[in-house]
Amino acid sequence: MLLAKSRWRGWELLFIVAALASPALLPSHAMMINEIAITALFALSLDLILGYTGIVSLGHAAFFGFGAYSAALFAKHLVPDPLIGLCVAAVLTAALGLLCSVTILRGSDLTRLMVTLGAALILLELANKLDDLTGGADGLQGVLMGPVLGRFEFDLEGKVAAWYSLVMALVFFALARRLVHSPFGATLMAIRDNRLRAMAIGIPVSQRLVVIYTLAAGVAGVAGGLLAQTTGFASLDVFAFERSADVMLMLVIGGVGWLYGGVAGAVVFKIIQDQLSAVTPQYWMFWIGLLLVILVLVGRERLLRPLRWGRGGTSS
Amino acid sequence: MSSAIVLSAQGLVKKFGGIVATQNVDLQLTAGARHALIGPNGAGKTTLINLLTGVLPPTAGRIALEGQDISHLSPHERVRRGLVRTFQINQLFDSMTPLETLALVVSQHRGQGGRWWSRLGKDTQVNQRAEDLLTQFHLEDVMHQTTREMPYGKRRLLEIAIALACEPRVLLLDEPVAGVPAGEREELLATVAALPSDVSVLLIEHDMDLVFSFAQRMTVLVNGAVLTEGTPEQIANDPRVRDVYLGHAESQAVSHG
Repeated sequence: MLLAKSRWRGWELLFIVAALASPALLPSHAMMINEIAITALFALSLDLILGYTGIVSLGHAAFFGFGAYSAALFAKHLVPDPLIGLCVAAVLTAALGLLCSVTILRGSDLTRLMVTLGAALILLELANKLDDLTGGADGLQGVLMGPVLGRFEFDLEGKVAAWYSLVMALVFFALARRLVHSPFGATLMAIRDNRLRAMAIGIPVSQRLVVIYTLAAGVAGVAGGLLAQTTGFASLDVFAFERSADVMLMLVIGGVGWLYGGVAGAVVFKIIQDQLSAVTPQYWMFWIGLLLVILVLVGRERLLRPLRWGRGGTSS
Repeated sequence: MSSAIVLSAQGLVKKFGGIVATQNVDLQLTAGARHALIGPNGAGKTTLINLLTGVLPPTAGRIALEGQDISHLSPHERVRRGLVRTFQINQLFDSMTPLETLALVVSQHRGQGGRWWSRLGKDTQVNQRAEDLLTQFHLEDVMHQTTREMPYGKRRLLEIAIALACEPRVLLLDEPVAGVPAGEREELLATVAALPSDVSVLLIEHDMDLVFSFAQRMTVLVNGAVLTEGTPEQIANDPRVRDVYLGHAESQAVSHG
């Protein structure tokens, strides 16, 4: 009975096939697909701590940005191989996450929002000031990547980039999926639902928070690393507050505590951004804002299932 | 073995600034004890529980579980050694079903809570134990319902089932029947009466019917100190206890009527 939840369903396999086929079917949108895959992975990382463990963060871009600069610097100065670079970015960012995890153990949600926001701002300013290393406000340019697996050169169209990011995102998605259906994942949800009781059944709460925060940071670092590698560029906006806020928006749009929520949110957000900014380049945020207000006031459940409008929804 | 002491607290003191919430409390639970802790509101029962479970550090005193000093252990380490509590106000995992909840608690207790590569529900022993608990606590019919949608009486049963899933040596029951409507009460009382006989139970309760039908020994706490301890007959006939309760009769009626 319990296992039924963690079993792969038909539509999930269909989703994976569709995702992997998309760069071939829509070659002109390969860069966009690349960006969606990276953003979805970033949203997945936030979902692990926000949706599954209940740790709020307004500074998740700290890890995304740190991963981006790690991967860019590593490729520029040491080894241009993408996969090695991605591993380095993951490990370094996870280490940063471990360091930062002490700041989210105590205090209220408001404290955590401020502390995470502060950490991202500190990193942004560091990247700005250390311009010898990072290129400062001009960004880190001239990052030349080697071919993936020594065979697949990044092409101008972005198809290799899109496949590279898609495969990485799917690998981490599968790992995260395994994690949330494990006993470990259940203890995270227990902490989210009721921290007091989680402690009272013997869950080492602080240790769990440190572990998941470190892991999620590593995943965000991979997402950032992918962006730097596939665009050959890292700029200060990887640390920007907007990036932290956008990813939270995507989770709210797609639904928290559900791995596909981040994916759905990223897809919807990026497509709306793309379409609307073509129509009204200056005002597309207006429509995102409107969507958000409607979504939160009406409730996602009721919005997706209009037949239930009359019965009154249970979602908030 | 029946007289072996499982849990003992010696000279427990807790001060909050100038206020003494717990005054030199001694408490001993024997193996399989059915011990009740009673006292008027503000007597310090909650503080005492928080001291025993490790939520609050004592100002002075010592707590031992099966002969080992646990005074400096964190709450979750005490749980691992078998000192488990329930809560007066349900503390449940609202988004999970009872089956998920119990499978989680059992696997955590068996040291599998850190495993992220296996799937919850894969371990047949864990599943078996979770199913046994569901049966024992009359939760089979709601085992797939989300906890937040369950009737109050069932939630109260799950509250105790979670504690028992931790395989306690000592179980602290904090007002188990508080707020349970009359129709669902019998099921709960029967379950409390049927708790495994090798588990020592400390019952904190205002409902005197339950206390006197359940307890073999009782401790009366007043103003943070132990007023007296004895068998239910001794307590019932103790004029000092009667004074305390009659003196507080009005406030009791107001807050627990």
